[in-house]
Amino acid sequence: MRKKTNYINQMTVEFPSNSANEGFARAVIACFCAQMDPTLDELGDIKTAVSEAVTNCIVHAYPNEIGSIVMKAGIIEGNVLEIVIRDKGCGILDIQKAREPMYTTGGPERSGMGITIMESFMTEFRIRSIYGKGTTVYMKRKLTKRGSHT
Amino acid sequence: MNITSFLQNRQLTVALTGDIDHHRAKEIIRVVEDKIDQYLPLVCILDFSEVTFMDSSGIAVVICALRKERELDGRLLLANLPPQPLRVLKAAGIEKIAEIREESRL
Ligand SMILES: Nc1ncnc2c1ncn2[C@@H]1O[C@H](COP(=O)(O)OP(=O)(O)OP(=O)(O)O)[C@@H](O)[C@H]1O
Ligand SMILES: [Mg+2]
Repeated sequence: MRKKTNYINQMTVEFPSNSANEGFARAVIACFCAQMDPTLDELGDIKTAVSEAVTNCIVHAYPNEIGSIVMKAGIIEGNVLEIVIRDKGCGILDIQKAREPMYTTGGPERSGMGITIMESFMTEFRIRSIYGKGTTVYMKRKLTKRGSHT
Repeated sequence: MNITSFLQNRQLTVALTGDIDHHRAKEIIRVVEDKIDQYLPLVCILDFSEVTFMDSSGIAVVICALRKERELDGRLLLANLPPQPLRVLKAAGIEKIAEIREESRL
């Protein structure tokens, strides 16, 4: 059996797939992980990964409709931030292909780099998808432990 | 959208601002392309000093501007990149296709 994760803190937000919520999701994750005292670079990486995942839900999962996006985050022992972003949209037919750099089913406004960026900016990255049902992205990022606040 | 630019000897500088994400990218691409079409610069400089955040949607902005400049046989320069947008552009290998000017302000 899988060991249950002990979370130091957790949060869940749900919002519709309006593009204005890309900035909202970045602001939420920045606020939540402030308690972990991230460096500016770490915060930049985390916001970028969240922005990529949420944008994929908005652009690809719900191309012709407004659907629901759920973002969960948790803090785990060892200064690790876990983020889960889930949609109930169209799903991905070939995940292997989707993970390749430069692969995109989008138009000229997409570069096919979102998943590549999430993988390289986070310490752990997993993507699960059921075609026609939706997609879930799991990410973890270990943060450096900094000295206590003064 | 407040994207300002200035032209000097067919060198066009476009000052990008704020968060460059999918929500704003389409409009930014349109403005940058319109400016290049209007002024036909031989050098186009995208100035990132006022950019507060950028994700992969910004890569498309750079690629669209690069395509336009190539049509004109011109050059594209990316200037004053803060660390976060620079990291995203490097992850995408943009430094292999566009010039990044790393030194301080122009
Ligand atoms: N949540 C999702 N739902 C459905 N399809 C997805 C989802 N996320 C990714 N995909 C598919 O995977 C492909 C690759 O995603 P990735 O984020 O790497 O690139 P992109 O979104 O096409 O371009 P970019 O992120 O550079 O703007 C997408 O083009 C799309 O086909
Ligand atoms: Mg993407």
